[in-house]
Amino acid sequence: MTNWVLAAGPSLGEQFKLNFIDGDRWKWIVDGLLATLEITAVALVIGIVIGVVVAAVRSSYEKNKDTMKAKGGVGYAVLCFFNAVCKLYLTVIRGTPTVVQLLICYFIIFSKWTNGIPVAMISFGINSGAYVAEIFRSGIMSVDEGQFEASRSLGFGYLPTMRYVVVPQAFKAVLPALGNEFIVLIKETSIAGYVGIMDLTKAGDLIRGRTFSAFMPLIAVALIYLTLVMLLTWLLGKLERRLRKNER
Amino acid sequence: MNANDVLLKVVGLKKYYNGGKVKALDGVDCEIRAGEVVVIIGPSGCGKSTFLRSLNLLEMPTAGEIFFEGEKINDPKIDINLHRQKIGMVFQQFNLFNNLNILQNVTLAPTKLLKQTSGEAQKNAMDLLNRVGLADKAQNYPSQLSGGQKQRIAIVRALAMKPDVMLFDEPTSALDPEMVGEVLEVMRELARSGMTMVVVTHEMGFAREVGSRVLFMEDGVIVEENEPNAFFAAPQSQRAKDFLSKVL
Ligand SMILES: Nc1ncnc2c1ncn2[C@@H]1O[C@H](COP(=O)(O)OP(=O)(O)OP(=O)(O)O)[C@@H](O)[C@H]1O
Ligand SMILES: [Mg+2]
Repeated sequence: MTNWVLAAGPSLGEQFKLNFIDGDRWKWIVDGLLATLEITAVALVIGIVIGVVVAAVRSSYEKNKDTMKAKGGVGYAVLCFFNAVCKLYLTVIRGTPTVVQLLICYFIIFSKWTNGIPVAMISFGINSGAYVAEIFRSGIMSVDEGQFEASRSLGFGYLPTMRYVVVPQAFKAVLPALGNEFIVLIKETSIAGYVGIMDLTKAGDLIRGRTFSAFMPLIAVALIYLTLVMLLTWLLGKLERRLRKNER
Repeated sequence: MNANDVLLKVVGLKKYYNGGKVKALDGVDCEIRAGEVVVIIGPSGCGKSTFLRSLNLLEMPTAGEIFFEGEKINDPKIDINLHRQKIGMVFQQFNLFNNLNILQNVTLAPTKLLKQTSGEAQKNAMDLLNRVGLADKAQNYPSQLSGGQKQRIAIVRALAMKPDVMLFDEPTSALDPEMVGEVLEVMRELARSGMTMVVVTHEMGFAREVGSRVLFMEDGVIVEENEPNAFFAAPQSQRAKDFLSKVL
């Protein structure tokens, strides 16, 4: 162990063996990667569910507040209430650092849970939901008002109009932004180590601490993130092209 | 429904914006009978669009009553969607659904709202597309059509619901001059077939030739109404004279 530290410089092969082969340390990387992927996948689903609900409330409010106000009644009050709740959520989540949210989730809200991974899934999901909600909302608002009016003039109600006309167009419009959010999310889970989770980043860092050699493990981790992101970018590009082809 | 039955009746219609600062409509009374082609003209900003859009409640009146086939439709207890199925509307900006091809644009509402089978709806759509000479565009998307073609499709889309009345808001104003004729021709043919039509237009030739009655609006009220030949030959009010001297 000690002689390579004194040596002028171990070869890359030796470094590789030391960091990944000795003590089966490659398994840490694999476990870390799996944890990162799990957390990202579940957080993504939670984020999309929250995002859809919040965007639905917010855009329903924006589109219907005038007519509902004129009609009066409970419906308007309920919508106002939910809209206010959503706005509060967006403000708090977007106004605080993700690490702080994760720490609060782990040490305060879910302090009884011993396993950090589900906490991280929820925490990142709640965080991502705020950004996804704004992406969806901007997508819905970007669809020309005329599309909406044409559908209403044929006799479609608000929800069918959303379903057949507005949402399909909004989805296509927001796909790049949504993909970007996905990519941000993958990288953001790298702070999971703060609550004792061995994700990909933490795995690399643990190896570094054990072998006192920073180069190999950290570069390996970086390359794995890079590969994931490039893979995703490629897949999203394909999906986008497929959707666009539909229209020409 | 018989000829001369009152289809639409408007009583004391007012529409104010910005808390009463803008009086888009300031007391409009009017009856539209089955088989009529009512042409609405007047200077920009006089309230023509607001009036037309009130007839299917795309604009909620501030005051007054709107009756369609004898039923008051600006009433919170009324399901406006059912009435809108019988009131076709054609917009200045066409507003074809960008996410659907032409055939889907035309068949969406009949299948979802009238519960036609898709075979039935498609056959009906193809008949209508044939009538306007665009059957070969059935599989195209709106982005692939010219303005004049889009507007003819928009008319077909509205007709596919078998409406009792058709509303047109400046259907040719967004078109290049060489495409105006093809759309007016479709409207002329529609009028000949006995369709009840309410048309906001700047096409004075069309108003004169096809209209059965002209409403001249200014400052949110109907200033003058008359049979077209009489109106254009000898307008009664000073304001109508001024307007015609500018546009003819
Ligand atoms: N959503 C709105 N908010 C505020 N003011 C409005 C709104 N819609 C219309 N107005 C105002 O109401 C008046 C009537 O507008 P409207 O669109 O009915 O005119 P128009 O006769 O159709 O004009 P044009 O020939 O230019 O289409 C105008 O002064 C317009 O500025
Ligand atoms: Mg107008």
